Amino acid sequence: MITVENLTKSFQGIPVLNGVSLDVQSGSVLGVVGPSGAGKSTLARCVALLERPDSGAIRVDGTDLTALGGTALRNARRQIGVVPQGDSLLRQRTAAGNIALPLESAGVPGPQRRSRVGELLDLVGLTDKAGSYPDQLSGGQRQRIAVARALAAGPSVLLADEPTSALDPETTGSVLTVLDRARAELGVTVLVVTHDMAVVRKICDDVAVLEEGRVVENGKLLDLIGDSNSRTASALLPAVDLNPVNESNFDRVADVVLVGFAAVGALLPEASHRFGVEVNLLGGGLTRLAETPVARFRLGITGERADSALEWISEAGGVVRRTLKGPQGVAA
Amino acid sequence: MRSATPWSDVLNRLVEATGETLYMVGVATLIATLFGIPVGVWLQLTSPGGLRPQANLHRVLSFVTDLGRSMPFIVLLVALMSVTRLVVGASIGTSAVIVPLSVGAIPFVGRLVQNILSEVHVSVVEAAVTTGASTVRIVRSVLIRESLPALINAIGVTVIALIGYSAMAGVIGGGGLGDLAIREGYQRFNARLLWSTVAWLAVLTTVIQFGFTRAARASDRRRHASV
Repeated sequence: MITVENLTKSFQGIPVLNGVSLDVQSGSVLGVVGPSGAGKSTLARCVALLERPDSGAIRVDGTDLTALGGTALRNARRQIGVVPQGDSLLRQRTAAGNIALPLESAGVPGPQRRSRVGELLDLVGLTDKAGSYPDQLSGGQRQRIAVARALAAGPSVLLADEPTSALDPETTGSVLTVLDRARAELGVTVLVVTHDMAVVRKICDDVAVLEEGRVVENGKLLDLIGDSNSRTASALLPAVDLNPVNESNFDRVADVVLVGFAAVGALLPEASHRFGVEVNLLGGGLTRLAETPVARFRLGITGERADSALEWISEAGGVVRRTLKGPQGVAA
Repeated sequence: MRSATPWSDVLNRLVEATGETLYMVGVATLIATLFGIPVGVWLQLTSPGGLRPQANLHRVLSFVTDLGRSMPFIVLLVALMSVTRLVVGASIGTSAVIVPLSVGAIPFVGRLVQNILSEVHVSVVEAAVTTGASTVRIVRSVLIRESLPALINAIGVTVIALIGYSAMAGVIGGGGLGDLAIREGYQRFNARLLWSTVAWLAVLTTVIQFGFTRAARASDRRRHASV
């Protein structure tokens, strides 16, 4: 749906983007994460067509938008709805008036405009705030109106630049719900640039990690989770080494990542039962990525067939990430 | 030793002079606003970080604007006499004052407007850009509408500044309150007329300022009682 190809951009000779390529599948949510100064904002501004890249292309449905100017550029903008970083609503217009702005630009006549604004207010759950001014809304409500505005002209791609940066965790949830709903109900492809891993955890299908203007990691979130080198995984999975462990008490000590309801619920008891080993949870915990339960545990295993048990866990879909005691890479 | 001017005469003179002042200042403000806002918009659009940055054009515009503002009004009044004659058909009189008054106020308004427009937050402007809005629409619906309260206040400031400038209108026979105070009051030792005019000017200024402040507030949708 939207493809970023080999994007480069430098400011005053200092390279900020060094050949960034991304591909977001239609109807999916890609989270671009990375530390401050990695080039996230510049990437977002390039995709929002606010900044012209030095080279590379941004294709929506195959058309390169970076080369456009004038009216063609203005029309192209309607294909990419943008939720800009920070407060971006017109303070002198009501919530409904703000959402109507892109429709006015597109020349949509009054009655149609009003019904479309009504639909969008409904989508973001703020129908009762139609007549409120931004100063009468909370931060989260303002951001939801900004999302509604970005969706007004019916774009195929929604770009959100740090949509939750100024919000508390609870309000963040309401904004993310709205983004998720946009994808689910309107089939919009979403590209969200954020430093907030909660965004990735809650709504992203795919993740790209940006560092020093390069994509250093890119893939499906649930695939990355099982990858022992993945930064995304280490940022999202529960910590396993909070408590010191006396390894001599066990025959094997290993970190295991389990993805999905069945794995998290049944794998460990089953392994224990099959191989007659004692499986102790030494650390780690359970979390959720969107609807999928994901766990990372540090296991202490006692019993003769401990290695077989670990091997079986890995064959059954668990990812044995690291064996602290015992043969390395037993089932890697 | 003359006896003091009767109050009824003072009142008559004040009414007449007030009419002249309001006429001069009113028309000049109208013209200055009409031309000054486009100047301010142009200055802002071409400025670095504006919607249509053009460094050289901006520098020239800025220079001309500041040149206009640097001119003492009394000099402008005299310097523009031939232009005034061309425009209103006379180089003296109340209507004649409107020309230098407007010319002096346009760069003043222009600079005020630019400063105000530059206060509209860049994220708000960029958000409008990403909706595919044209520059004209952004100027109208975003820059101007978002700063409307401040713009109304700026016009109020202009009116009051022009009342001050118009005191020099007497030089070319323009009349008005300032002229009344100086020539009839001060130069003829008519203390009653002088101080009545001064007091009336204070009242008038206060009332005008009050009116503009109210209008600005009425147009402002921010800071309404929050939910």
